[in-house]
Amino acid sequence: MTRIVIVGAGPAGINAAETLLAHGRQPILLDEGRQAGGQGYRKPSPGLRLDMNALMGSEASKYQALHERFESLRGQIDYRPGTLVWGIDGKTLHLQQDGRATTLDYDALVIATGAMDRIAPMPGWTLPGVFGLGGAQVALKDQGCFIGRRVAFLGSSPLLALAARQYRALGAEVVVIADTTPFVRKLAALPALLNSPRTLLRGLAYLGGAMRAGVPVLHGVTPLAVAGDGHVESLLIRDAKGRERRFACDAVALGYGLKPETQLAELAGAQLAYDEAFRLWLPQADADGRAGDGLYLAGDGMTIGGADAAEASGALAAHALLADLGIPSDAAAVAALRRRASRLRAFQRGLSQAFAWPVAQIRALPDDVTLCRCEKVSLGEIRQAMAQELGPTEVNRVKAMTRCGMGRCQGRICGPALQEIVAGVGNIAGAEAGRLRMQAPIKPVALAAAKAGAS
Amino acid sequence: MTRLSADVAIIGGGLIGVWSAYFLAKRGQRVVLLEKDVVGAQSSGTNFGNLRLQGRFPGQYPLSLRSQALWEQIETLIGDACEFEATGHLYFASSEDEWRKVEAYAAVSESHGLTIEHLDHVDLRRRYPWLSDKAYAATYSARDATANPRLVTPAVARAAKGLGVTIVETCRVTELRTGDGAFSLATDTGLSIDCGQVINCAGAWALAIAEQFSETAPLFPAGPPQFVTEPFPYFIRPSVQAVDGTVIFRQIPRGNVILAGYPRTAADPVANRAPVPLAKTLAAMRHLGAAVPALESCHVIRVWSGIEGYLPDMIPVIGPSLTTPGLFHAFGFCGHGFQIGPGVGLCLSELIVDGETQTPLAPFSIGRFTGAVEADEKFRREFDATPAAGNKP
Repeated sequence: MTRIVIVGAGPAGINAAETLLAHGRQPILLDEGRQAGGQGYRKPSPGLRLDMNALMGSEASKYQALHERFESLRGQIDYRPGTLVWGIDGKTLHLQQDGRATTLDYDALVIATGAMDRIAPMPGWTLPGVFGLGGAQVALKDQGCFIGRRVAFLGSSPLLALAARQYRALGAEVVVIADTTPFVRKLAALPALLNSPRTLLRGLAYLGGAMRAGVPVLHGVTPLAVAGDGHVESLLIRDAKGRERRFACDAVALGYGLKPETQLAELAGAQLAYDEAFRLWLPQADADGRAGDGLYLAGDGMTIGGADAAEASGALAAHALLADLGIPSDAAAVAALRRRASRLRAFQRGLSQAFAWPVAQIRALPDDVTLCRCEKVSLGEIRQAMAQELGPTEVNRVKAMTRCGMGRCQGRICGPALQEIVAGVGNIAGAEAGRLRMQAPIKPVALAAAKAGAS
Repeated sequence: MTRLSADVAIIGGGLIGVWSAYFLAKRGQRVVLLEKDVVGAQSSGTNFGNLRLQGRFPGQYPLSLRSQALWEQIETLIGDACEFEATGHLYFASSEDEWRKVEAYAAVSESHGLTIEHLDHVDLRRRYPWLSDKAYAATYSARDATANPRLVTPAVARAAKGLGVTIVETCRVTELRTGDGAFSLATDTGLSIDCGQVINCAGAWALAIAEQFSETAPLFPAGPPQFVTEPFPYFIRPSVQAVDGTVIFRQIPRGNVILAGYPRTAADPVANRAPVPLAKTLAAMRHLGAAVPALESCHVIRVWSGIEGYLPDMIPVIGPSLTTPGLFHAFGFCGHGFQIGPGVGLCLSELIVDGETQTPLAPFSIGRFTGAVEADEKFRREFDATPAAGNKP
């Protein structure tokens, strides 16, 4: 029997598992999280009573439905929560589970590892109290904690308004929603956004709600500094009219859209290509998620599409896998899934323009801003290394010369900004700056796990 | 087509190439250095960073000591210390049998004037309380040192460039001809070079050049896997090596512990990659935890490797070609080229400018591969499986 392993128990992974099960295949579902749901549909920790209806708002019914569906299938599959896949060697996954390093061979692999925040550095962004936007949501959904009482939401992402709504719904004060993309660029993206009018309206409703509640909602801002003595005390920005504005706050949630977690796809052999719209390296797959021999990708880990697209693409990847095993599936259902995923992804391409990655702002940052917080490497050090004789012109070489991207996070945080700096200093296209190559472990592995795994 | 004329062309911008360029330029030679990628990209830049004097091949001590003297003044030479630090090196045995071996190594080192401390179990407990109880005894050499390989090759290349060396990166030599006591080279970037002498220090890629001149060596490519932990307070001062070959590690002042694992790993010189099998990562982690139990709770955060040339007798080829006057070889450094790099560069510059060097290089002649080659004990221990002699990259 073909052993099928799914990595990631978010909407994509759950839909893949469900589709496989419906066709008589029992996958192994590995998930780094302790509970299924992924990031968007994350469940509160057991014992924590959170009003998830208030928190999820218009998405509450989808949240409930996904978790109910998962509960009905979890007993029929081999579900292993709390399992980190830290590397892939041929067709063997290397896992860390319960403090032990183990391995798991597979015949077919569905990678549904989701996405994380894309972060642009700014002066003061390493101060305690600055969180990624996703981190701010995890604190809320998983632990029932606010990142602060008075929170500023800064960046460029539809999730700014969503997270701000969640914070307000549970009683935090939102001091500002500050978006770096100018309003005119949002209008220009409208045609693409009409691919999902419902989502568009939902986003506008979040913003409208914030404005009615008196929260300043600004577009086209330039982040100037997060300030404070050992902790966030205020956020300083320049607004679209050129005025400096300071917002007193005790936390800042920072996010510039999402960045697919592509490490495992790369280690499993997927090819990566530079995407000009997202300005990210994305694993290459066909419309159904086929990315190699026995390798399937789904959800935001493949390309940013949002939760609904993740559900569709998880099912699609499973159908592709089944087809490759010679198991017939419903052609009409597959065609409908393809249409749905494709439309939602087109919508996300629109979003990537309406909420643009602020390339010019990143390149204009002063030298003393920290770019790599793991290794404490400043922008000035990168620029200096590149300016010297025989200086590096490509991100991996910049990493070798400066340590940028060498630390705990392995460039997951600083990688996108590093790429822009290198392309900017070298005056080359984003693709030519290269991408940080991945080598396992994709996340830190404990020596004790290696020891426990051997005994 | 750009045409250059030089006294010496150097093929390969690893540590050997850049130091050779540096010393030749100091002697007034016009030098062109050609590198297929960027300088120091493979094992020169990705090795463990050990400047170890203990336990070397006996015939290498004169070269090794001469090289260490250069390392000790690296900041004066090139204007950059490259994190050079005389950390000392601890060579430990876990049994009485192993201890006899360590002491034999020490006797060789001492016969060449190196000061070696002999530490028994009690000394070890007192001086290095973090070392596992299983360490039976050790020798310590204070003159052994470490430096940061990521920084060294580019820094030496910059210094050489400052002395007038022409350094050309991302260019491959496509043609190399000789006649009338001179050489002409062509590259895939449209460069052509006329020169009097050539140094072949192309690492794992050097054999093709040697064979063009009817010389051979059983060179094969491999990569020493390297691992690094997250940073924590600095407490391991010396670089530490188990004589059984299971682990070698050092902590850098910023806190990370770097470890190298054996056996070494096959590399792919065509794809230009040296992937590290994950089972080796786990094995290296277990060995480090066994050597320093306090580290068991820490994490490995990053793994890397680079390609280098190995020879079954585990000593390099250094010296003049035996078939072609004006051609010099320096390749196959078998995992210990970092320490002798500056010395090799200096000796090659002397061979080229003076026609001779005070340092004995006879053991490293390429001529030793005309008959059967005996595999070194280290070679058998440090590789997964002995690659067939003559296995070409």
